[in-house]
Amino acid sequence: METIFFYLVALVTIVSGYLVVRCQSPVNSGLALVNTFFCLAIFYVMLYAPFMAAIQVIVYAGAIMVLILFVIMLLNLGTEARKRYTHGVVWAAIASLMVLLIEVFFIKRGRVTGAEGDITDYLIKTEGHTELIGKALYTEFLLPFEIASILLLVAIVGAVVLAKKDV
Amino acid sequence: MSVYHYLTVSAILFALGTYGVLTRRNAIVIFMCIELMLNSVNLTFIALSRHLNSLDGQIFVFFVMTVAAAEAAVGLALMIAFFRNRETIDVEEINLLKW
Repeated sequence: METIFFYLVALVTIVSGYLVVRCQSPVNSGLALVNTFFCLAIFYVMLYAPFMAAIQVIVYAGAIMVLILFVIMLLNLGTEARKRYTHGVVWAAIASLMVLLIEVFFIKRGRVTGAEGDITDYLIKTEGHTELIGKALYTEFLLPFEIASILLLVAIVGAVVLAKKDV
Repeated sequence: MSVYHYLTVSAILFALGTYGVLTRRNAIVIFMCIELMLNSVNLTFIALSRHLNSLDGQIFVFFVMTVAAAEAAVGLALMIAFFRNRETIDVEEINLLKW
């Protein structure tokens, strides 16, 4: 049952990822990208990471995609939608196929190893995923957390300065 | 489902994103393809973090999302500023730094 569900969701993910690349209108690409984000959220739930699924839907499908669609609306790109919208298709296809082949080679031949942690499914069920993430974020990863806050501040200032009338 | 299935899905999404970045001419669609690649890497992180019973990968996904949000804000402001000057965001017109 889980296998069939996985393949179904994987199919939808890849088809909508393909539509992001192929759709001529940017709005259609954006809607396909929202669909991809929701499918990835389903994957995160299947991987016992419910907090990450919620963040995926709220931050990516909610905030970032609304921002992108607003910009598409502001720029009013409908007039140039009929022009040629791709370039260098053959070389790009060769390059991305090589990327895919290398990745699949490593996945098929390699074996996943690494430092094992102690977060079991039982722990996630009893203690809660959000709580575990919060504990790790505010103890072990406190410095990256603070640096991320500085990054966001700089991004806000930069966006305001760039979008002003007289740069 | 083993971790390899998830890694394969993520590899296919990453290759699709690469293809989009290399072929599309609209800067916003290129931006969306970059988001697609970032998301495929996030899927890799979460699959490996479950496989290794560790939480570090998920924390990393958190920071990737932070950087993606900052990138969205600055990148879209750049596109608006460019569109105000040139009336287009076609990347073939943005060639002042091309040799």
